[in-house]
Amino acid sequence: MALLEVRDLTKHFFRLPALSAVSLSVEHGDLLGVIGPNGSGKTTLFNCVTGVLSPSAGQVRFKGENITGLSADLVHRRGIARTFQLIQLFPEMSVLENMLLAAQEREGTLLGRLFRREDGGAADRAMELLEYLGIAGLRDTFASNLSYGQQKLLDFGMALMSRPEVILLDEPLAGVNPTMIKSLVGHIQALNAEGHTFVVIEHNMEVVMSLCRRIVVLSQGERIAEGTPAEVADNPLVLDAYFGR
Amino acid sequence: MTDAARPRLRRFLPVGVLVLLALLPLGFEQYKLYVASLTLVYLVMAIGLNLTLGYAGQISLAHGAFMAFGSYGVAILGQRGWPVEVGLAVGAIVAFACGILVGFPALKVKHHFLAMVTLGFNIMVFLVLRNWESLTGGSFGISGIARPRWGLFSFGSDRAYYVYMVGWATLVVGSAYWILTSRWGRAFRAIRENEMRAEALGVSLRNYKLMAFAIGAAYAGIGGALFAPLLGYIDPGAYTLDRSIQFLMMVVMGGLGRFAGPFLGAILVTVLPEVLRASEGLYLVIYALAVILMMLFMPKGLVGIWDWAAGRRDAGAQPPVPAPPGRLRTG
Repeated sequence: MALLEVRDLTKHFFRLPALSAVSLSVEHGDLLGVIGPNGSGKTTLFNCVTGVLSPSAGQVRFKGENITGLSADLVHRRGIARTFQLIQLFPEMSVLENMLLAAQEREGTLLGRLFRREDGGAADRAMELLEYLGIAGLRDTFASNLSYGQQKLLDFGMALMSRPEVILLDEPLAGVNPTMIKSLVGHIQALNAEGHTFVVIEHNMEVVMSLCRRIVVLSQGERIAEGTPAEVADNPLVLDAYFGR
Repeated sequence: MTDAARPRLRRFLPVGVLVLLALLPLGFEQYKLYVASLTLVYLVMAIGLNLTLGYAGQISLAHGAFMAFGSYGVAILGQRGWPVEVGLAVGAIVAFACGILVGFPALKVKHHFLAMVTLGFNIMVFLVLRNWESLTGGSFGISGIARPRWGLFSFGSDRAYYVYMVGWATLVVGSAYWILTSRWGRAFRAIRENEMRAEALGVSLRNYKLMAFAIGAAYAGIGGALFAPLLGYIDPGAYTLDRSIQFLMMVVMGGLGRFAGPFLGAILVTVLPEVLRASEGLYLVIYALAVILMMLFMPKGLVGIWDWAAGRRDAGAQPPVPAPPGRLRTG
């Protein structure tokens, strides 16, 4: 059984199809790339999987459970975390608080979150992750005062905080300088080697080709190819989609 | 002073100062004591609205109505022989329930649309208060509202009742601090800062928004319950939209989403008119002008002055509610 399975997922905005019957499956430990030209439906796919948008048709199954159309908070609690293409943080909260918020809702009850004061090691884990990402020194800084690259790292750290089973990264490297690209790619690979499952949308072809073991290509809302980086790179349909005939 | 002692001092110093300040008016003459009592009512109300609007980011123009539940709870049950505390509890619970009810639209609409919905609720409650004469006394209201009495000890005098109110205000301030430093407080702020991201991190917008409304409303109910015996007489005119707007002004001018905001706002709104009384006819003009200027030059409210005076160029360096020291294990 696949960990995350998307079957014939379709999303229309009014009458315009943004996704047409896209299917894919993610196994435990995968590092799947999703590529495609601008407007091909990559982010819409993420949004439909994570409950930010509700799909028009099709199914999303996670660990065998149908989670289609669940709201974003419920999807997150099931174990799917994500980052956003445009960084989404809590600007007037400290780095540490951003991290703690990311972990506090996965388990426990609503009342427990009011009455229980000990944090179950969340702060320790947050600091550990911040150390790992190299931004531990900024723990008390407001997120809005971070540089773009630091915000990207925090965003990434927040996705990891709740120990999700699958992490969807929406363009984690966009606008990041080469040094930081290297370190982020290193983090993703290392975490993947430890058993974390990733699905990555990325425009940087060089990185995608070296990072991902399997790649799904979308074009105009349809899945036009899937395979290893080498297979995808040689696929004439993919070349067409990117460069036109 | 050792480093370990410093955070503890920083934590208890404000509490000590507040207690002293709160007891200071006991030496005032009657009218000033009344103004101070009113400030306590406003403080309790403003803490409620600050939780709903300042922390969770949900605008409410219904706090005048929530206040009415507390006032009428005390008045109506008092007529039937129940003690003030029962009326207060019932008022706060009814306000809490209505807060949930009014919170539901907040799940669908935001900002000025939400303002309109809550405004409508306030008008509705006002009309019910005015027209349900058998229960509320209609436009004539209810008079002869007794002050609390514990056995032989009565809080009937202005000074004793002031002490009684300080007790409740302390409870409200303490509980608000307790809520806002819990994970709920963090979730409230997360919703205010970035609703979409909060939801994507598992924050249930429904649960937290409803709770933010309900708790804010319950505090307003408590404020209203303290207000009724203070005057001894209530009528629907005290719970109109004007009142809700006054509370909104208080929390905005004090400093939204800051713990000190309601304190400053409540004092400003009660003291400023008294100070300006000397100017007679110009009072409202100056008052309005002060509000406009403040919003133009101090959008963060009076708390903003504090930030500025403390030399914090980066006003954002401090989280709105500092986590109690020693509570967060930070490795």
